[in-house]
Amino acid sequence: MLRVEARTRLGALTLDVALEVEAGMCLAVAGPSGAGKTSVLRVAAGLLRPEHGLVEAGGETWLDTRRGVDLPPERRRCGYLFQEYALFPNMTAWQNVAYPLSGVPRRERHRRALELLERFGMAELAEARPGTLSGGERQRVALARALARRPGVLLLDEPLAALDARTRAGALRELGSVLREVEVPALLVTHDFAEAAQLGDRVGVIDAGTVVQEGTPSELAATPRSAFVADFTGAVVLTGTARGGADGLTHVELDGGGAVASTDRAEGPVAVSIYPWEIAIEPAGEARHGSTQNRLAAEVLSVTTVGNRVRLGLAAPQPLAAEVTRASAETLGLRAGLHVTASWKAAATRLVGL
Amino acid sequence: MRWFPAALGLALAVALTFLTLPVVAIFVDSSPGQLLDSLGHRGALDALWLSLRTTAAALAIIVVVGTPAAYLLATRSFPGKAIVVTLIELPLVLPPAAAGIALLAALGPEGLLGGAIDAAGIELTLATAGVVVALTFVASPFYVRQAIGAFASVDRTLLDASRTLGVSEARGFARVMIPAAMPGLVAGGALALGRALGEFGATLMFAGSFQGITQTVPLAIYDRFSTDFPAALALSAVLVAVSAAILLSVKLVQGSEVLGGAPR
Repeated sequence: MLRVEARTRLGALTLDVALEVEAGMCLAVAGPSGAGKTSVLRVAAGLLRPEHGLVEAGGETWLDTRRGVDLPPERRRCGYLFQEYALFPNMTAWQNVAYPLSGVPRRERHRRALELLERFGMAELAEARPGTLSGGERQRVALARALARRPGVLLLDEPLAALDARTRAGALRELGSVLREVEVPALLVTHDFAEAAQLGDRVGVIDAGTVVQEGTPSELAATPRSAFVADFTGAVVLTGTARGGADGLTHVELDGGGAVASTDRAEGPVAVSIYPWEIAIEPAGEARHGSTQNRLAAEVLSVTTVGNRVRLGLAAPQPLAAEVTRASAETLGLRAGLHVTASWKAAATRLVGL
Repeated sequence: MRWFPAALGLALAVALTFLTLPVVAIFVDSSPGQLLDSLGHRGALDALWLSLRTTAAALAIIVVVGTPAAYLLATRSFPGKAIVVTLIELPLVLPPAAAGIALLAALGPEGLLGGAIDAAGIELTLATAGVVVALTFVASPFYVRQAIGAFASVDRTLLDASRTLGVSEARGFARVMIPAAMPGLVAGGALALGRALGEFGATLMFAGSFQGITQTVPLAIYDRFSTDFPAALALSAVLVAVSAAILLSVKLVQGSEVLGGAPR
């Protein structure tokens, strides 16, 4: 387990966070830039010393400002993936990966480095220097290097931000499988809620140095506790099992009941994402009309006003969120406890394999 | 009328002529045979050999002490840092004669630390060691200044990465920071080397001009120019050739550093 607590001033920002991640789990801290995300990772790694703080990992205390404990970064077993990867330009890919293996005989280091590169499909580029590698290749070398010392904690700073859109989808899938394989707590920061929802078992939304809400991605999207979280979370995420249908659409049996259709292709376990503003609300029991494929019965849990829009937290088999204009919310008389039907088009339903 | 490009070209032509004409003249005025003859004269080889030894020793001291000092100044911030950097750079603007007097006042027999140095059995004035002290004093700011810039421009996350990978700062300094700063360090070393090789005033004031002991090539040139102009010319030619060779090899080293990052 990893526990990070920090209270410290950073220029104009006051960082005040307390986070906990179980082994084998990934907590994604998501928030706008300047919210203090990277500082959380730096406190965990020992690169930033907070005025008040506590860092515990796997039963060891790395930092406890009250007891005067502060291990230097080199004695904390962190696998840290830096935003721009921070590969050493004067070393080849395998030398980068072997770098943390000091004290191991040279031949053994070479063998272990190649093994790690192999795992990321990078064995053929072992002799290449970072300057000659693409963004995706650099990320894989950096991941291999971060894992080389069998870290007790994995820290990932915007792991996909340095990649172009085309590489990102593949890297996202790969990173997801790495995070599922490693048996250590992982702490990831990102400015992108969708990325946080896909990689994190839980997501903490950070704003101005404070984690304003923490929960599973769908909890956050469905029952945002503040307008900021509602706005930031953007998409609704549901999980289920996909299978192709005869009609050319993919049908997804949602976990917990209900089914939706999507124009995306997928098979097996998937995450279904819909933007709340794509979801239309009508009173329960009304006859089906129009072209919407997906209809779920739901109960209104919360009504939050965000500017001229109203965001609804809905209890369907899985939590859901919808956004309607303030005018239609008033017309429909939307309030907590009301039973409604949520509907949206199959074409507005995105599927991502899990 | 396109007068501006013409003016730029003219300025370059004037600068180039002015800067290269004296150098060319040294080689035009002395035939190769004359050159070799004069080198055999009256301790010319002594002066060359002494210059190489003292410059090498000074450069070694500058690099060994200056590199960690520059690294500290580039990576830490502390109160009064700007003053420290300014003090280190001071010899850059000090007139060489003043530098010589200052060294005498500090390290000479009657100087601040003269007694202590004497007690330690070290002889600096009128000794080869004194030449090394003078060269180190005037040349080190050239290296340290460049090295601070070189370390400061290295991405700090490289060092952070090294530390999170379980490697101490000392090892990270040696294995990551120095290689990453290398082109800048080499350039600084070349500047210091060039400055030390041509050092005249401070050496003359502090160490004197004794053939084989403290008479480096620039001092030997001065010593001969009134009595044996061809010999002075020959020594100058050698100094120019060595300096040009240094400049050229630095450019080559930096060129290959750049190529090192290209696909293989």
